[in-house]
Formats: sequence, C-alpha cells, structure tokens
Amino acid sequence: MSADSANGHVILAQRPGWSGRVSDLFWRRPNLLIVLMLALPVLWLGVVYLGSLLTLLIQSFYSLDDFSGLIIHEFTLKTYAELLRPSNFDIIVRTVVMAALVTFASAIIAFPIAYLAARYLRGKWKALFYLGVMLPLWSSYLVKVYAWKLILAKEGILTWLFGVLHITPVLDAILAVPAIGGNSLSVSYIGTFLVFVYIWLPYMILPTQAALERVPLNLIDASSDLGGRPWQTFRHVILPLALPGIIAGSIFTFSLTLGDYIIPQIVGSSRLFIGQVVYAQQGTAGNIPLAAAFTVVPIVIMGFYLWMAKRQGAFDAL
Amino acid sequence: MRSDVARAPLGLKLAAAAGLSFLLAPLLIIFVYAFTTEEKSFVWPPPGLTLKWFAVTWGRPDVWAALSLSVQVAAVSTAVALVLGTLCAAAVSQSRFFGRETISLLVILPMALPGIITGIALRSAFSLLEIPFSFWTIVLGHATFCIVVVYNNAVARFRRTSGSLIEVSMDLGADGFQTFRYIILPNIATALLAGGMLAFALSFDEVIVTTFTAWQQQTLPLWMLEELIRPRQRPVTNVVAMVVVLVTLLPILGAFYLTRDGDQVAGAGK
Repeated sequence: MSADSANGHVILAQRPGWSGRVSDLFWRRPNLLIVLMLALPVLWLGVVYLGSLLTLLIQSFYSLDDFSGLIIHEFTLKTYAELLRPSNFDIIVRTVVMAALVTFASAIIAFPIAYLAARYLRGKWKALFYLGVMLPLWSSYLVKVYAWKLILAKEGILTWLFGVLHITPVLDAILAVPAIGGNSLSVSYIGTFLVFVYIWLPYMILPTQAALERVPLNLIDASSDLGGRPWQTFRHVILPLALPGIIAGSIFTFSLTLGDYIIPQIVGSSRLFIGQVVYAQQGTAGNIPLAAAFTVVPIVIMGFYLWMAKRQGAFDAL
Repeated sequence: MRSDVARAPLGLKLAAAAGLSFLLAPLLIIFVYAFTTEEKSFVWPPPGLTLKWFAVTWGRPDVWAALSLSVQVAAVSTAVALVLGTLCAAAVSQSRFFGRETISLLVILPMALPGIITGIALRSAFSLLEIPFSFWTIVLGHATFCIVVVYNNAVARFRRTSGSLIEVSMDLGADGFQTFRYIILPNIATALLAGGMLAFALSFDEVIVTTFTAWQQQTLPLWMLEELIRPRQRPVTNVVAMVVVLVTLLPILGAFYLTRDGDQVAGAGK
C-alpha cells in the first residue's frame, strides 16, 4: 500500500471536500505531515529554550568592568579566569564533593528498596511500594525542605528523639565535629547533606528498580547452582547488571545537587554552593557574566558525566 | 522458577522498610505541625493541637492570590505542553526521520539540565530582548519543562498503539480528521490525561525556574519560599504546607490509576 502511494498509483478516487484533499495530501507525502507536526514544538524548544541557553553562553564570554560595574560587550576569557580564584574554586569543589557524597549515599539507601520491590514483591505490595516512592517524589519540593527544617531544628524532632533515647551526647559530639558540624543540625553541612539525600532519593530508586527488574532470574539460579555464595552472586551477577540503572539514577542525583540553590540556603551553613552564587551574582550583584560562567561549570561536568554514562549503557535503563 | 518462591531475607526487608520510612515520615510530620498550638518555634512534640490556624489561613488574601496565580499558570502551561508534547510524540513515534534522536534529546534537555540553568537562561534572554516580566513569562518557563512529561506519556502510548489501526481507518474511507477523532484520540486519551495531570502537578510545585521568570507576582511556591526565608506567621505556613501536599497527591494518584495497566507507569520520569 505504501509502496503504491509512493509510486503515485493511488487506488481510490480522490476524497471529496477540503478535509479529504488534505488527508490525501498527507497520505501521499507523510514527510509533510511530520514537518507540520514538529514545527510548533521545535520552534518553541529551539527558539525559546536553546536560544536562551545560547544567550547565556555568550554572556559568559563578556566581562564586568570593576570600576563602573557595567558589562563590557567584548569577547574575553577574563570571567572564566575568575572562576579559578581560590574563593570561587572552593565553591566549585565544595559543590562537586557534596554532589558525589549525596549520589553515593542515595545509591546505598536506594538499593535495598529497589531490590526488594523488583525481585520479591508482586501485586498489591508492589503497587504500594511504588506509591511509597512516588508520593515523596511528587510532593511539593519546598514542603519537603520545610519538613526537614522542622525535623532538624534545634528544638525539633531529632533533638527530642536523641533526648528520649538518652543519647544527647552523641548528637553534641556530631555537632562538635569541625567543618561539617554547627550550632544545630539545620545550620550544618550534615543537615544540607541529609536534605539533599532525602529530596533526590526517589530519582535513584526508580531507575535502579527498572534495571533490577530486567535481571533474569535464571542467571541468579545458575550462579548459586554453580556454588556461588549469596555475596558472590550479588557481587558478580546482580551488581554489574544493575549498574546501568544506578548510573542512570546518579545522573539525576548528581545534576540536581549541582544546580540546587534553595536547599543550602534554607538548611545549611553560610558557605555557598554553585547555585547560590549564580543566584546572587545575577541578582543583587548584577554580574551576569560571572553568573553565566558559573552555570557553565555544571553544564560541562554533566556533559562529561552523560558521555561516560552513555558508554556504560545507562540510557537504556532510563 | 525456584527463586520466585523464595522469601526475602530479613535484613533486606528491614533495610527497605527503613529506607521507605525515611521517605515517608517527613510528609507525615507536616500533617502534625499543621495542628500545633505553638506559634514561635518548631518545638516537638507539639504542646497542644488546634484547628484555629485553618481559619486564619482561610482569611489570608495573600495566600488566596498566590494559589489562584499558581492554578492559572499551571492550567495554561499544561494546555501548551499538551499540544506541543503530543505533536512531538506523534511525529517521533510514527516514523523514523533524520534528526529523530536530536528531537527527543531537545525535549528532554530542559529536565536533564539543572533548573537554575533553564531559569537564568530565560531571564538573560528576557532582559536582552527587553521583555517585561509578566504572567506569560512564567508560563513560558513552565511550559518548556512540562512538554517532556506529556511527551513521555504520549510516546509510550503511541508505541503500544498499532499503526495498522490507522491504516484500516483510512482504508475504510475515513479522512485524516475522522481518524484522529475516532481512532487516535480515544487510544491516547488516558495517556494524555495522565501526562496533563503530571504536568499540572509539576508546574504547580515549580519554584527554581519561577524565581527567575516572575517579578512582583507570587505563585504559591514563591510565597512558601518567602515564608521559609523570612517567616512571618509560621502556623499559616504549616497549614499551607499540608494543603499543598494534599493537592499535589491527587493528580499523582489519578495518573497512577489511569496508566497502571501499561508497560510504563506515568510519573516515573519526573
């Protein structure tokens, strides 16, 4: 049929009316229909989104005049050089280390949930587990951050819980650790870390579970039939097969931590993360070139990350 | 299938249960705090329970204004995303053409890159083109990242819908519009509804991009953010937080219910 129409041998007579004629036209030239369908979305995303990204990228090559505070519209790498200043470079390192730690912790917490759901649960229990992951995923981001502010506050639940269990000294010891401790959990790096892990954890669970669902059961049986202990089966069969899923999840946890500026602002110490600097530089400081250069950092890091993930086959697990 | 019958080891069950309670407990805490009598601090356990703050919140015009703006923005953004996402999904799933991979990457990009990048990119473009901030600049940002949610749902459904159905309809004399109305639309309707619900929830909750594309107007998340940074009346924030959790849960349960029989359940790719 399609070969016929491509050669112009249309079997039926032309359809009557303008809608019939249009239908015939689309049938004879399917590409025309595709182009028409794609025109609007591609225009929107291409112009609005890519266009905006491009203007941002261009601005990162401009620089700010130190005396007048005005933006000089000339191409220069001066703004990028500013990123390497110790004060700015520290911020980048701090953010990347936090993103790596959050990713690692999410992977560890996510695995048992994903494994139980994928391998052992069926029917009603599986649906329940799934909803248990989806509800926190889709609940309001700010409300979740707010909930953690309530939990971590000095007079909040955690302090109370430590008190009830008579282990308040443990909490004090944790808070006394230099650099990551603080006055209370809600103004320490530990607090920031906990909130990050909480907020992004569902993004790790779902792809890990999707990868684990695809591990053939007979491979696990074969491994144990051949004398593999549970740990060896896990290490040499399950983990390698789950890895693409974990990497897929890590794309989210890593990228989202890199770009977030609200969590460290509400729960955390006064030391800044990349997102906060971007926000401050484009807003009050009015230094859009530096803000733009800072946003290029996560883009480049994520570019590398995605390239590596693609080589590991992580995109099939998304 | 011996392994199928096997029972999960206790350690695994405990670890999974601990993980899930870590995920769910904070949401429950929100519900308790909405009823607390304490006004100044976050003290736990609450000294007493009251319904008073629900009445106070009901009478606050700023909460209503923010809520109404959020609903309007989410409705318009969802409508735009539904049209663009469905068109894109139809084109990508119906044929293999040059640049097909690029199109799907383009759709996913606004979600894959951190929100702050989308936000600041839009803002710098607005300032460069001297577009004043308005209702429509917020919608512009929201629709951009909502497209992918609709797209994901629609693509999954198109993949399951047999192309021969469309050919049969055309062979039997229906024109393109009739085929769309009577064959394609009924087939993808629930997927679109699910995608639309998720897009609505996403837009209703969005804060990072919105901080860059709104000026004076406050959506509900922006109102919430303001309260988090400069608290004015904590009990009102508690009540709003609880209501927001309830309001966003409904579309999620709805979308789950609508797509639960499919190979890909909606919402997995927020």
